[in-house]
Amino acid sequence: MTKPLLELKNVVLKVNRNTPEEITILDHLNLTINAGDFITVLGSNGAGKSTLFNAIGGDLSIDSGQILLNGKDISHDSVEKRTSFLGRVFQDPKLGTAPRMNVAENLLLAERRGQRRGLMPRNLNRHMAHYKELTATMHNGLDERLTTATGNLSGGQRQALSFLMATLKRPEILLLDEHTAALDPRTGQDLMHLTNERVSQDNLTCLMITHHMEDALTYGNRLIVLHHGKVTYDVAGDKKQALTSEQLYSFFAEIE
Amino acid sequence: MSLAVSTIGQGLLWAVLGVGLFLTFRILDFADMTVEGTFPLGAATAVAAISNGMNPLLATLLAFAIGAIAGLITGLLYTKGHIPILLAGILVMTACYSVNLRIMGRANVSLLGKSTLFKNHFLASLPQYFDSVVLGAAVMIVITTLVIYFLQTELGQGFIATGDNQTMARSLGINTDNMKIMGLMVSNGLIAFGGALVAQNNGYSDVNMGIGIIVIALASIIIGEVAFGDLTLNQRLVAVTLGSILYRFVLLLVLKLGFSANDLNLISSIILAICMMLPVFKNIFNFKHILKRGLDTND
Repeated sequence: MTKPLLELKNVVLKVNRNTPEEITILDHLNLTINAGDFITVLGSNGAGKSTLFNAIGGDLSIDSGQILLNGKDISHDSVEKRTSFLGRVFQDPKLGTAPRMNVAENLLLAERRGQRRGLMPRNLNRHMAHYKELTATMHNGLDERLTTATGNLSGGQRQALSFLMATLKRPEILLLDEHTAALDPRTGQDLMHLTNERVSQDNLTCLMITHHMEDALTYGNRLIVLHHGKVTYDVAGDKKQALTSEQLYSFFAEIE
Repeated sequence: MSLAVSTIGQGLLWAVLGVGLFLTFRILDFADMTVEGTFPLGAATAVAAISNGMNPLLATLLAFAIGAIAGLITGLLYTKGHIPILLAGILVMTACYSVNLRIMGRANVSLLGKSTLFKNHFLASLPQYFDSVVLGAAVMIVITTLVIYFLQTELGQGFIATGDNQTMARSLGINTDNMKIMGLMVSNGLIAFGGALVAQNNGYSDVNMGIGIIVIALASIIIGEVAFGDLTLNQRLVAVTLGSILYRFVLLLVLKLGFSANDLNLISSIILAICMMLPVFKNIFNFKHILKRGLDTND
């Protein structure tokens, strides 16, 4: 039995608290994530997928329940503190990189994710060779543009950079929030392949939100479906391998 | 000749405001109105301290510290109190007016017969107006070097990232609230430091000397950028000082054209507005295209 890496126990999260518009987004949600899991997350709009990520990341505070990392309660840790174990890639390529800083500077920022930043010189030149190698693995010309401001990169290059930044310092958990959705189909598929490669090579624990049922079936060892703030479907291993898109579609038709 | 020297000296002394405001306006990417209060606050602090017998250098450093405290208050109102930055700055700026009157005891305090930074043995031995050039240049070299060094540190990079993309900065574990507070403290410290320098150079402190300060500081930043075009961050910081000197020459020119000193705030605003709209004009008139075409021979 593998030890759970991250546990969400009876997590309740409401927005517009104490107003007539109060809505429960996460409703006594339970989820146990084991080390090495690559979980694809499906669910219709408003099911609570992004809210789940924001609860794990600490952007939204939970109303009740517990979030445990390696058995330790992190429910009330700050966003900054949680970044020491968390790597994230957002859907919008603009959110993941600093537009006026160049590619290498962005990578250097990411290298110290969750660590103290002091008054030591950044020593960017010492890292350039490594960054050149690293960006070359993306096969999209990023390695030729290390000194280009990221605001001048294409969306695909920016998102590939965001992904590199999230994984540069090995995260205990990687959260991908539809990170290929804003890209054209081809670039999106390229990034999906690279994502899969990196996650399995480094044996990362990863949650990936997607609206592509094919991607959800193809990638990862486990698939969950969120509905009205609960995990309504959770399938792993061989069972997931055997799952077809028809079965998934009929399941969705059932819960709607 | 002496007019040019005095203009350069003024430009150098006022340049510290531009560098201070650069930290918030260009790096954190918001306009901080606090500076209209911290400039006279620095002047009042230094003048009151010197009047009470404090060493001028210590008094100037004290002005920096008091300015930083005002920046801290704006920062706390903004980050912890969730007051929009523009309003937070205006609140502290307004409060500073009363504080400055308290510090000085009246609206205008003269330094006549008192010791100042400019009356030290070496500076006093220089020809007229060279004192402000030498002191201003020394101050700007030290401050610009320190700021450039800071921006290349790990902390400085986190500071830049905060202004550039807050979501990303937070997701990398950078405490963006602390970065903003730090930026506001250093920025307002520098502005108050500038106020202390200018007051000692003028020989008095006046409670109204803060009016239009943000425009003057912005002018050095924008004129520097417009005059020197595409620059790296470090070069831009140096360009602020040059922009401040250029701005003083523009003011000199305006006075020579027959405008009175009372018109300066109006003129400053017009100059700044035009400079800030240059990119728009460029698009409308397609300056670059026209210029290029003018250089081309027949094809």
